[in-house]
Amino acid sequence: MQAFTVLEGFAAPLDRANVDTDQIIPKQYLKSIKRTGFGDYLFDAWRFTDPGKIGMTPNERSLNREFTLNQPQYQGASVLLARDNFGCGSSREHAVWALQEYGFRAVIAPSFADIFFGNCFKNGVLPIALETEIVDQLFAQVAEGLQLRVDLAAQTVTVLGADSVFAFAVDPALKQKMLSGMDDIDMTLAERTLIETFESQHRQRQPWLFRD
Amino acid sequence: MAQTLYDKIWQAHDVGQRADGNSLLYIDLQLLHEVTSPQAFEGLQLAERPLWRVNANLATPDHNVPTTDRDKGFAGITDEIALAQVVTLDDNCKKFGVQQFEINDPRQGIVHVVGPEQGATLPGMTIVCGDSHTSTHGAFAALAQGIGTSEVEHVMATQCLVQNKAKNFAINVSGSLAPGVTAKDLVLAIIGRLGTAGATGHTIEYRGAAIRELSMEARMTLCNMAIEAGARAGLVAVDDTTIDYIAGRPFAPKGEQWDQAVAYWRTLVSDDDAEFDQILDIDASQVAPQVTWGTSPEMVSGVDQQVPDPQSMSDSVQAESARLALDYMGLQPHQPITDIKLDRIFIGSCTNARIEDLRAAAAVIGNGHVANNIKQALVVPGSGLVKAQAEKEGLAQVFIDAGFEWRAAGCSMCLGMNPDQLGNGEHCASTSNRNFEGRQGYGGRTHLVSPAMAAAAAVAGHFVDVREIS
Repeated sequence: MQAFTVLEGFAAPLDRANVDTDQIIPKQYLKSIKRTGFGDYLFDAWRFTDPGKIGMTPNERSLNREFTLNQPQYQGASVLLARDNFGCGSSREHAVWALQEYGFRAVIAPSFADIFFGNCFKNGVLPIALETEIVDQLFAQVAEGLQLRVDLAAQTVTVLGADSVFAFAVDPALKQKMLSGMDDIDMTLAERTLIETFESQHRQRQPWLFRD
Repeated sequence: MAQTLYDKIWQAHDVGQRADGNSLLYIDLQLLHEVTSPQAFEGLQLAERPLWRVNANLATPDHNVPTTDRDKGFAGITDEIALAQVVTLDDNCKKFGVQQFEINDPRQGIVHVVGPEQGATLPGMTIVCGDSHTSTHGAFAALAQGIGTSEVEHVMATQCLVQNKAKNFAINVSGSLAPGVTAKDLVLAIIGRLGTAGATGHTIEYRGAAIRELSMEARMTLCNMAIEAGARAGLVAVDDTTIDYIAGRPFAPKGEQWDQAVAYWRTLVSDDDAEFDQILDIDASQVAPQVTWGTSPEMVSGVDQQVPDPQSMSDSVQAESARLALDYMGLQPHQPITDIKLDRIFIGSCTNARIEDLRAAAAVIGNGHVANNIKQALVVPGSGLVKAQAEKEGLAQVFIDAGFEWRAAGCSMCLGMNPDQLGNGEHCASTSNRNFEGRQGYGGRTHLVSPAMAAAAAVAGHFVDVREIS
């Protein structure tokens, strides 16, 4: 996994609550057996006015000029500014893969859906929950060009060129994992003996759970 | 200390808490399907890791499979990209030795229908699947959660999930559902009250007299949509209904082990004085048949209501969401729900494609016929075995005589990954679980309802109050 330490970049706004993962990456693109190739289809039904299909490039599509991510000032943004309950619905990790490949390394919102939130940390994309008032403030400034510095070690979001610094909370274990880019499976397998011991006791307690 | 049902299952699977507060949670069963597993299998192979416990996995293709031409097996899949995904699952299962109900196996079906049907889903288990509707299995007092593909790979390699314990949410349902009102209506009404994020960070336990009266299939419908209220898992405590349902199923324990298991399962209830972090009380007798009018399951009304007016909503974010939703849905504020004209009907999905769902729909249809304005009415059974049972009971013939298309098992139009999709702007009465924009097809407009309501709407051509039929 790509480590996350400090990110400096522009923010782009998506001013809708309850954005679900079907919107982030629609189902017709989930047929791939790879982890890559999803960025071109991020927010597909909002970014384009035609129904796309797997394999089409953005150049072959009809752009929705009104959609914020298509506006010139937000090109190259690496922080997505969003609303409550971002990433709800389907567990598809493809949603995070699409955001990441498009260029987003962090999402700021007042709240996130659980499965999406966890999926972000598996891929080096940082979900940052800030209070609604602060998110409102950032939305108010974003059109003029909002340049942010996200420092995971310090747990701060700084608005560059202004004095505002916002602190955010993050689970210490997830933070460490993101900072180091450590492999989850390696970490867990380091506790192999613990798992094996538990498993044999569990088998004794509930033998019907084991078909082997 | 008094424990909730969730506390008990968690404790029985807690391998150990790390210094950082997270726990390693042991997983008893992982269900696999073609869409969220290929990258996980690939990851295992690249790292040259084996499956931790092969027999803890069970697979079936469901999301992508066509619901026609199934006797042709792979050759029935005309979409080459979909075919590659289904074949990849098959290859991976063979390579790793995972049991799979293949595309033309009569036991194939939607993974959340198949698990319980086979008795692979058992009380007190921890179950995961790369699918958010894994919560369905909570009907059996199993802690069942949807996970992302990285976690699928993690469970494959370690048999564990790294997790923080969730909070406890009690939904107490008193009274009885009125005739014609189902678990689907109840859960939609609950989501309407809680909102789509109302139970985020919690495990829901559905409790109370109304829940005790529900069949296992109805409880599965209820737990299936826990995720639509933001909860990763929903639970119902064990009772006779649970145990009677499991007895004799192919994967269920037998003989002495059965008695031993049942004795343990009987303990899978919350202690009387257990404390919950949040509580919601609902009177089942007050629940009307529900219809969603918007693009999120929380945007729901009784069938006897009108489409709401965003201008009358006090919360500005909610009002803006409703305005966008009505625009997408092509609906007007104050329009009676029963005036919504429909183009297609979909009876299926992991929410409502079990035999009782098909019985309820067929009973409403009777000798009726699909209305002229309905372009297509689909019935997609949840599994090959449900299909066979419905054919045996004569239900399939009721649907066919009424003008429905009788299909083979799969996820089908719930998410439209296969050819079963809505056209742009079309309204669909659907027994599925999500009415998100484009979910059932590009520009499609989904109205979530119960099977009985979908059947009644098919015959009328628009929504009708199923309580007024019969």
